[in-house]
Amino acid sequence: MKKLINTAESVLEDALAGVAAAHPELAVDLAARVITRAVRPPAPKVALVSGGGSGHEPLHGGFVGPGMLDAACPGEVFTSPVPDQVLAAAEAVDSGAGVVFVVKNYTGDVMNFELAAELAAERGIEVRTVLVNDDVAVEDSTWTAGRRGTGATVAVEKIAGALAERGAPLDAVAALGERVNAASRSFAIALTGATVPAAGRPGFELAEDEIEVGVGIHGEPGRRREKLRPARELVAEVVSTILTDHHLTAGDEVIALVNGLGGTPLLELYIVFGEVAARLAEHGITVARSLVGNYVTSLDMAGFSLTLTKADAQLLELWDAPADTPALKRA
Amino acid sequence: MDVDTRLAEDWVRAIAAAVEREHERLTELDSAIGDGDHGSNLRRGFTAVLAVLDGPDAPAPDGGPGALLTRTGTTLISKVGGASGPLYGKAFRAIGAALPPGQPPADAAGFGEALAAGLRAVRDLGRAEPGDKTLVDAWTPALEAYRAAVAAGAGLPEAAAAAAGGAERGARDTEPLQARKGRASYLGPRSVGHRDPGAASTALLFRALADITAG
Repeated sequence: MKKLINTAESVLEDALAGVAAAHPELAVDLAARVITRAVRPPAPKVALVSGGGSGHEPLHGGFVGPGMLDAACPGEVFTSPVPDQVLAAAEAVDSGAGVVFVVKNYTGDVMNFELAAELAAERGIEVRTVLVNDDVAVEDSTWTAGRRGTGATVAVEKIAGALAERGAPLDAVAALGERVNAASRSFAIALTGATVPAAGRPGFELAEDEIEVGVGIHGEPGRRREKLRPARELVAEVVSTILTDHHLTAGDEVIALVNGLGGTPLLELYIVFGEVAARLAEHGITVARSLVGNYVTSLDMAGFSLTLTKADAQLLELWDAPADTPALKRA
Repeated sequence: MDVDTRLAEDWVRAIAAAVEREHERLTELDSAIGDGDHGSNLRRGFTAVLAVLDGPDAPAPDGGPGALLTRTGTTLISKVGGASGPLYGKAFRAIGAALPPGQPPADAAGFGEALAAGLRAVRDLGRAEPGDKTLVDAWTPALEAYRAAVAAGAGLPEAAAAAAGGAERGARDTEPLQARKGRASYLGPRSVGHRDPGAASTALLFRALADITAG
């Protein structure tokens, strides 16, 4: 393992110290492990709190700021935050208007946020939870833990965050977050595994000519292993997998996110995006807005995920609304 | 032999030692079908539990086994994260709640009821059934073996030894199963052929109980 770390045990606290030093617009509580905005929004405002395991940067701390999140609680690498941490975040940002938890659908995240919501309710904080589950690689059935939350988290945090910033009430913000999630589908392909610092080895190892199709963002193996093919063929398969599930039809507009998993150059992500746009055009689907870059990463994993969010006038207007966060800015 | 505060503390310390010894193996099992952090997460949790037991605010020696086990559960919920933190945390809190203060120390049968409460807490939170390839698949046969031993007249040491055997068999028997809960369920049929890391850590927990009660 070759990593820019001090010790495997101190990865999170050392990274949080760096976030604090780099971003005076954020307030980083190193003891509670909570990131909030340094300048509180005018109260009362519905607060958005998200969190999850570390290793997905800039998610979630990089999306704290006006127009998006009020607080983020990063857990250990690939490990959900603990309830005390989520509660501390909710208490720090609740203005009395209530708190929306944006939770990616993983067993641990769901349990820890559920326990935190119980504790918050005991303290008189009204909480709604938006569960993000956009990954079509997982069969959504009683036979699995349900679909994983991946790239759609960015769209949920951007669009619901914009509505909250305008003073919308708690139920409206939560309902919009759920609507964005329901309108989104994602699929990912990995060229390498991801190495958790405490484990020291990649979660899976691939030969020079192998890829994992249908991976999540935690270094776990995907649905199947295949031979590497040209980007055009891989993207065609990813787009067709999403379209089959999503029922998008000619004339629809989408917000398209081509997301790097942490170890892939932007040059390649743009090659992927070009192929995505071409395939969607063949289906008569318009890319109304696009985002290309590393937004929901999986440590050092090479590969990409594609997220398509079916757009309408309201979603596009809020997608374009101002945001000022370390990782996403809109004038 | 009854379950007093001393025995409860010995059990928790023995689990912590087992986790320290086996955390790399647990992480290896988790790397195969999960995200490779089960060992390091439990290690962080039980390190925190030991810090509580050895700290200035340690549970009082006369506070009863229930208070000590409840405190252990609360610490795990606060420190572990992931799914294993809430699951083991709730389990220890339920075992602790089943051993209320001011009552005579539980005998083998009474402690069996406490272990059953722990399993119920895990199943309520995780909504897992036997056969889903989770820690329920180790805890369930452990409890069955424990109860069968008690019904046959065994004391705590023999019942605990039977439970450890049941848990280890249950953990082994997760290997041919396809996971239906947790991260391993994302793999579908590819989860077959691997031992569930949560079932493996539950086996450590029951083996620790057998070790500290044996002679």
